[in-house]
Amino acid sequence: MSESLRATSHGTGKETITINMGPSHPSTHGVLRLVLELDGEIVTACKADLGYLHRGFEKIAENKTWQQFMTWTDRMDYLAPASNNVGYILAVEKLLGLDVPARCKALRVILCELARVSAHFLWLGTHALDLGAATVFFYTFQQRELIYDLYEKWTGARLTTSTVRIGGLARDLPPGWTEDVKSYLKQVTAVIDECEGLLTRNRIWVDRTKDVGVISAEDAVAFALTGPPLRASGVEWDLRKAQPYLDYDRYEFEIPSGTVGDVYDRYLVRMEEMRQSVWILEQALQNLPEGPINTDAPKVVLPSKEKVLTSMEDLIHHFIIITEGIAAPEGEVYHAIEAPKGELGFYLVSDGGPAAYRCRIRPAAFVNLQAIEKMAIGQLIADVVAIIGSLDPVMGEVDR
Amino acid sequence: MGAATAFPGSGRYWDDGTSVARLREQLPDTVLDEVEFRGERTVVIDREAVLDVLSFLRDDEACTFDFLTDITAVHWPDRAEPFEVVWLLYSFRRNRRLRVKVREGVEPSVPTAVPLWPAAGWLERECYDMFGIDFEGHPDLRRILLPDDFEGWPLRKEFPLKR
Repeated sequence: MSESLRATSHGTGKETITINMGPSHPSTHGVLRLVLELDGEIVTACKADLGYLHRGFEKIAENKTWQQFMTWTDRMDYLAPASNNVGYILAVEKLLGLDVPARCKALRVILCELARVSAHFLWLGTHALDLGAATVFFYTFQQRELIYDLYEKWTGARLTTSTVRIGGLARDLPPGWTEDVKSYLKQVTAVIDECEGLLTRNRIWVDRTKDVGVISAEDAVAFALTGPPLRASGVEWDLRKAQPYLDYDRYEFEIPSGTVGDVYDRYLVRMEEMRQSVWILEQALQNLPEGPINTDAPKVVLPSKEKVLTSMEDLIHHFIIITEGIAAPEGEVYHAIEAPKGELGFYLVSDGGPAAYRCRIRPAAFVNLQAIEKMAIGQLIADVVAIIGSLDPVMGEVDR
Repeated sequence: MGAATAFPGSGRYWDDGTSVARLREQLPDTVLDEVEFRGERTVVIDREAVLDVLSFLRDDEACTFDFLTDITAVHWPDRAEPFEVVWLLYSFRRNRRLRVKVREGVEPSVPTAVPLWPAAGWLERECYDMFGIDFEGHPDLRRILLPDDFEGWPLRKEFPLKR
């Protein structure tokens, strides 16, 4: 182990041992490696070693057209790919100064909220499994499969959905899809309740999560936490409310928040968020606007196949968009969405070319994970597992 | 570009210039440039005043940028000052963002923001890892995503995509 990674005990004078947790450990959710210094079972120092899943996304973005890079975003937070697609495309649309039709916005909300429910189900199943509550895992993975089925029916893919386009969407809903979602939503709340029934007042669960990995509201802000870890510490802040995009201000929903900022609060916040997402989905389906899904911008949005074959102008547009990509104005923008993990932002710098001059991804999971180096101190090594789960890191986004 | 549409809400959640005006008034000569694009405000500041400006923006009652959203950099190899270091700030109280920038020479080096925001720790390490920007005074400045023995700074423009 290199000297730089060796955690230090800040001169306590006690004899300690240093151990590795990860990068291939079932409870570190992928390839997170923590170097822990232990005094008995108590963690005296914790350092994370990242990058095992680094694929250089920000460099790739500079070498792909604006639209092409969207497919890479699927592979960041791979538990909520559709949500990443939407976040990235919104930033590009901001750069272009482009609005999209109401139906498109509603469909994107559906993509994002299904992604949130699915991502939270995966978090819940694995988090509970890590702490020994294996039953929950089976309920949550079944629910996640059903959401993947819905994605597959609409977008043709279960994980790499890639269905969002600059100025619109690749395709409208298939026939009968809204009915499928409605019947899915009818049963999902009962499953969330059932999972809560297994955990919320479960003596073992409470013992393992209450007052573990506490972070105060002040520290949460100082560490730039966003998403459920920030709200669990009592800061009621959600980008869907604070800076509404996609007409989120037209939906009724609440921002659940905690008071203590421990693992238990983060658990409660995410459980309630799933219910709120279900509520948003119901509203989106109820009031789904009719009309086009693509904005009227022929130099940006691909024309339909029929038009390409019958209209000279559309054929030219199609040719230019595919061969050269779209031209974005010079300038720089930042746009962020409330992804399941927190604030997922894209800072795009354009020099007027067909690709990003610079694409900085502000990853929620990466920034949130940093706080573990503080939260783990003074905790039992077994509780580190609980803390990791409660921060819900997904290494695809942490490492990019 | 087809029908005249505009990205909704552009600029609504960005500083409208009041913080920059206040900065000019309270810390004269620190503001080198001010840019607005799509309603987003960027203030370019003097390299020597980075910490003063950041702590002023954080603590001033009219600015209250208490949240460090991101730190990153942009490489412009053809410019006299080829590096831009970018801080993205957010104010919970005012629900406004502001982008702060510094232009740096061929050996970019800026003071660390870790004493102001612990969140800067990993963000600065990533910036160092990808661009080779030195954050003076950072308690633990080393590579974060790439291996320790990696050579080169991959997000600099001269670094090839494949090699």
